[in-house]
Amino acid sequence: MVTLPFEKHMCELKSKIDELKKLATDQNMDLEKEIRQMEIKLYNMKKEAYKNLNAWDKVSIARLVERPTALDYINLIFDSFMELHGDRYFGEDAAIVGGIAQFNGISVTVIAQQKGNNTKENIKRNFGMPNPEGYRKALRLMKQAEKFKRPVICLVDTPGAYCGLGAEERGQGEAIARNLMELSTLKTPVISIVIGEGGSGGALAMAVADEVWMLEHAIYSILSPEGFASILYKDASRAKEAANAMKITAQDLIDFGIIDRIIKEPLGGAHTNVDEMAVSIKRNLEESLGRLIKEPIDSLLTKRYYKFRKIGKIVE
Amino acid sequence: MFEFRSIFKKSKYMEVKNSENENGEKKPTIPSGMWVKCETCGKILYNKDLESSVMTCDNCRTHFRIGSRERINYTIDTGTFIEHDEFMISENPIDFEGYIDKLQSMRDKTLLNEAVITGEGKINGQDTIIAVMDSNFMMGSMGCVVGEKITRAIERATEAKKPIIIFTASGGARMQEGIFSLMQMAKTSAAIARHNQKGCLYITVLTDPTTGGVTASFAMLGDIILAEPNALIGFAGKRVIEQTLNQQLPEGFQRAEFLLQKGFIDKIVDRKVMKDTLTEILKIHS
Repeated sequence: MVTLPFEKHMCELKSKIDELKKLATDQNMDLEKEIRQMEIKLYNMKKEAYKNLNAWDKVSIARLVERPTALDYINLIFDSFMELHGDRYFGEDAAIVGGIAQFNGISVTVIAQQKGNNTKENIKRNFGMPNPEGYRKALRLMKQAEKFKRPVICLVDTPGAYCGLGAEERGQGEAIARNLMELSTLKTPVISIVIGEGGSGGALAMAVADEVWMLEHAIYSILSPEGFASILYKDASRAKEAANAMKITAQDLIDFGIIDRIIKEPLGGAHTNVDEMAVSIKRNLEESLGRLIKEPIDSLLTKRYYKFRKIGKIVE
Repeated sequence: MFEFRSIFKKSKYMEVKNSENENGEKKPTIPSGMWVKCETCGKILYNKDLESSVMTCDNCRTHFRIGSRERINYTIDTGTFIEHDEFMISENPIDFEGYIDKLQSMRDKTLLNEAVITGEGKINGQDTIIAVMDSNFMMGSMGCVVGEKITRAIERATEAKKPIIIFTASGGARMQEGIFSLMQMAKTSAAIARHNQKGCLYITVLTDPTTGGVTASFAMLGDIILAEPNALIGFAGKRVIEQTLNQQLPEGFQRAEFLLQKGFIDKIVDRKVMKDTLTEILKIHS
């Protein structure tokens, strides 16, 4: 199991526990009591550590290669997921996964930003950074969902929209803008969940929703802390400082009224227990979808408009 | 995400002082006896000529960057402009150190309250709502105030069933307002969606530079998208793209002509005929 930077102080205790366990087995000794005591101590240390995470700690959790990706959740939460491909104009973007699934007996459209779980996968998925054709595929599937009155669930996990030459040539700006506009008036319930990194406009293009949630250790930002540091501090190595100044954690965003819900992660992060995390997300979806489906569409759209309309702090 | 300094080359910008005329309106004046040299072609440009050619070089057609007040003077019929929300200023939503001071110094330096002026006026007698961004104020970056002013302008236009014209000029989203700036992209785009549903016209005029979060929101959503010649228009910063690719970018990359070729803008319009072009478009849709 991977150790995060802020978990290093617990390594020694963990090794001791493993040592004792091995000793108990090899020498057939009864060390139950001692092992139990140490495990309780470790658990409390972990609880304490996870209560006091700063923004940079969260960034390291959100960016973990081991962190569950969209497909991990899709396969656990939904049934009969049928993946659909292509934007019908240019190509198939593997950084976006989308299709139709069953959720407690109803059909839903699921669209997700997909990272890889290892280097090979990451290259295939372009590290979860979509090209314009990815956003256009997402839009096509959203409009399809609207036509057939299927709710849309978006899973957001991207460092940002891809900034390659081809992306620029094919109108990355236009693709994001169009999605923002179309999503704002999509005549079907939309729920977006930031499961890892919510990288700027590239994330927002799939997060104009009736409800926007974040997993407990996910981040959502205008820019990466590295980018922010290089622009405003003229020094990319001050990313840690930037992360804290930028207010990018789920806790910050719910305080600001920008997101609607935080879904607690298992102690140690979602990667320590993806099944438990999936169950939790599923429960939340059940509650919300049940409610949103019953809402008249006009009322839903008005609320969605004002959800974003009210965001802003000004002095007149 | 974007290296601002590389695109905001001071040499291309004409510094024009403001003075007040009898009505107390701010009027751009050019110090007498002065001339500039066009950075592109080297031609000497005398002030009178520069002003009469709306701050463009008559020789090579280089368009100098201009501020929002000048733009409004060139576009809106004299005496018909009514400004809206002029006293709106920014707060410090993510409590960013030094931001409030920076805002004050910007206001002192530019005599603007923010990076966009919005209002209503006539263009050759036709009513329109107008928003003009200004790259002098914090590089035209979009924070809560720009987002709010533009959203209100769009909503006013929708309500009154009037067209809206937005002149864009921006280095992107305002970093100092963090996630709040990002959300302005959604807010403005949603307002345009409603404007569209009412069958109302939205003309975008992309000016140099238009980048980042502004490109990825309202700038690329016009019914008709015009651009000034050679304007820098893009999403990601040139340097970031070069680093990603580790190779040189094609000639004219992210310039208006390039975007035209790639199919993303409707028309490149020289500033000298911009007002006439807007007049024609408004007439068609009236």
